[in-house]
Amino acid sequence: MGIFSKIKEGLSKTKNSFNEKLDSVIKAFRTVDEDLFEELEEVLIMSDIGVNTSMEIIERLRDTVLTKNIKEPETVKNELHEILVNILTEGTDSKIETQGTPAVIMVIGVNGVGKTTSIGKIAANYKKQGKSVVLAAADTFRAGAIEQLEVWADRAGADIIKQQEGSDPAAVIFDAVNYAKNKKADILLCDTAGRLHNKKNLMEELKKIYKILDRELPNSSKEVLLVLDATTGQNAVMQAKLFKEAADITGIVLTKLDGTAKGGIVFAIKNEYDIPVKLIGVGEGIDDLMEFEAEDFVDAILETEENA
Amino acid sequence: MAFESLAEKLQSTFKKLKGKGKVSEKDLKDAMREVKLALLEADVNFKVVKDFINSVSERAKGAEVLESLTPAQQVIKIVNEELVKLMGEKEEKIQISSKPPTIIMMTGLQGAGKTTTAAKLGGIFKKQGKRPLLCACDVYRPAAIKQLQVVGGQLQIPVFTVEGSTDVVDISKQALRHAELHSNDILIIDTAGRLHVDEEMMQELKNIKAEINPSEILLVVDAMTGQDAVNVAESFNNELDIDGVILTKLDGDTRGGAAISVRAVTNKPIKFCGMGEKLTDLEVFHPDRMASRILGMGDVLSLIEKAEQAFDEKKAVELEQKMRTQTFNYSDFLEQFEQMKNMGPLSQIAKMLPGVDARALENADLDDRKVLRVEAIIKSMTPGERELRDKITPKRKERIAKGSGTTVAQVNNLIKQFEQMQKMLKQFSGMNMNKKMKRLGKMGIPKNMGFPKF
Ligand SMILES: Nc1nc2c(ncn2[C@@H]2O[C@H](COP(=O)(O)OP(=O)(O)OP(=O)(O)O)[C@@H](O)[C@H]2O)c(=O)[nH]1
Ligand SMILES: [Mg+2]
Repeated sequence: MGIFSKIKEGLSKTKNSFNEKLDSVIKAFRTVDEDLFEELEEVLIMSDIGVNTSMEIIERLRDTVLTKNIKEPETVKNELHEILVNILTEGTDSKIETQGTPAVIMVIGVNGVGKTTSIGKIAANYKKQGKSVVLAAADTFRAGAIEQLEVWADRAGADIIKQQEGSDPAAVIFDAVNYAKNKKADILLCDTAGRLHNKKNLMEELKKIYKILDRELPNSSKEVLLVLDATTGQNAVMQAKLFKEAADITGIVLTKLDGTAKGGIVFAIKNEYDIPVKLIGVGEGIDDLMEFEAEDFVDAILETEENA
Repeated sequence: MAFESLAEKLQSTFKKLKGKGKVSEKDLKDAMREVKLALLEADVNFKVVKDFINSVSERAKGAEVLESLTPAQQVIKIVNEELVKLMGEKEEKIQISSKPPTIIMMTGLQGAGKTTTAAKLGGIFKKQGKRPLLCACDVYRPAAIKQLQVVGGQLQIPVFTVEGSTDVVDISKQALRHAELHSNDILIIDTAGRLHVDEEMMQELKNIKAEINPSEILLVVDAMTGQDAVNVAESFNNELDIDGVILTKLDGDTRGGAAISVRAVTNKPIKFCGMGEKLTDLEVFHPDRMASRILGMGDVLSLIEKAEQAFDEKKAVELEQKMRTQTFNYSDFLEQFEQMKNMGPLSQIAKMLPGVDARALENADLDDRKVLRVEAIIKSMTPGERELRDKITPKRKERIAKGSGTTVAQVNNLIKQFEQMQKMLKQFSGMNMNKKMKRLGKMGIPKNMGFPKF
């Protein structure tokens, strides 16, 4: 029972003309030739890995096939699998750090990607482990954002620190830090307003929030999680780049993997900025959050049935 | 990972052909590859790109590009034209129902921006003097109803809700009755975000549709969507037969290729685009502007078109030759000005150049009257002076000034400009178009400068 069965379930729901099954692609080939590489490249591009990264990956695959003198299309697929997993796991750790009292987890990203929902899920997860959790409602901008987080705090059984809509998010963070310190809370989870990465002043605001956390809790670990919607295309690379300039991103939460999008853009982000995926979202429910497993993720991208 | 513009890439693809004359089919294939990569980088769906490239190649193979002296520009032009054709050539509006209220249903994936967009739309109608009513049918996401109430309140648009109910068919039915009773002529229904593969949730939308029969079902799509846009759009369209699309978050820096994908698989128009978080940030969608954005070319296209209309290609080649052999003289300088005149006011043309700092332009004096003065001065020169055989001595300057009704200082000024331009042309002849543009931007536009061939 693969933990990704849920994703695969979602994926196999679409019998769409646009979804090519890699296996059928592979089966159409008797020998390893240029056409096979081209078809594989196409599968990668269609999962949002991006043209350049896809071409690089196929180039690596070509080299491997040549040096290992591989003749079987099926073996080629396994090699591709390995290359993809390597990119995602090379030199990084997908564990969430929780040192200090409280350990800080700050959640950032563009509008509507699933920040608040992910916070709700993460909070519930730590509560289940018996930890005390404080949520900071630092999205003071979007209408209904505070109420939304309140509902999640309630569902998870976490405390919430909030002010009025329109108040200074930095002030909310400051309050929440003090509250969490006094309460000796284990985890402080900070929600932030969605913002497009090309808005300078909003990114400055984020920097300010991060600085407060850094200054007020010098001995705590700080996880800065960038939430990415799996349906996002190449723009996610720009998101990673510019959010990283505002706050030191330590990992990615890849959401909405219960749809048909594959989230392949994380390869390019790992390649360029060495940011690992740490968590994935596979639904709107409180339990629909999982630790990232590169093997399963690549399986889902290549839609192979085996390791399921 | 900044995008290199397609124009730049094509320019370099064709650069090696300089002086070689005609473009071969192989060259064209290389160019098509660049187009393909550019579209993929912009997130246009792979299959859609393939089809598109096929049709563009067909057209380009015709004499148009192969014979052209400016193949890169020709390719860009064809690509752009085909793209605009694919995107729909004109702006499209919301259909107002003859029997009020006009019912608009917002649909889409989670986080696409339906709620904000519903309110923005309401705002647009309110401004037009209509009486919109918003209806909250997202009964799933925590505080979604509250969100609609707040944004509705900000715009002073009433929001219809049914406390505690999760029966969205019933809610929308009641909202319709409410609208009829309160003479609201527009009813906008906000629905919960859902996955296109979630059969139960898609059925819910079909149920609402069957019950209240909306005149517009709009699919809200995030402009940053990648390859999956085709799956989403195709499913929503198959299930609901949508009437149009709204593209959100276009104020970001995404190329927005999803616009093409969505249009290609649904053949439904994109009607509006979201340009920011403020409730007034919703604009009518312009297909042609989107095409340029996806290709990453700003207004370069309209500039090319203008230039094409104005420039005689044969003369352009002669000029290019002159630039190379460095025999550019006052007669050529004058000719440049005459061609520029055909293109319209200088200031307008300069503004279309990418990389030109608008502020630099304000200081630059692009007065068309000065162009006339330049003409007068050059026309008062002897053929020997114009073709650089005779050096323009102080005495000659006096004569020229008198003949043209100007002052010696003005003649000196022109000579200085000419020499400046000569120097610049020498540098330009080795550069590709984009660098030229950047160069121009950095320098600011020198006074009364004519432009070399594009
Ligand atoms: N299917 C699916 N939906 C999700 C997932 N994560 C979040 N969502 C939905 O996406 C929508 C947006 O989620 P939010 O958590 O409000 O996103 P956000 O990033 O906080 O949004 P803003 O604060 O407005 O920028 C909601 O409808 C969520 O239920 C996921 O993993 N799968
Ligand atoms: Mg939020």
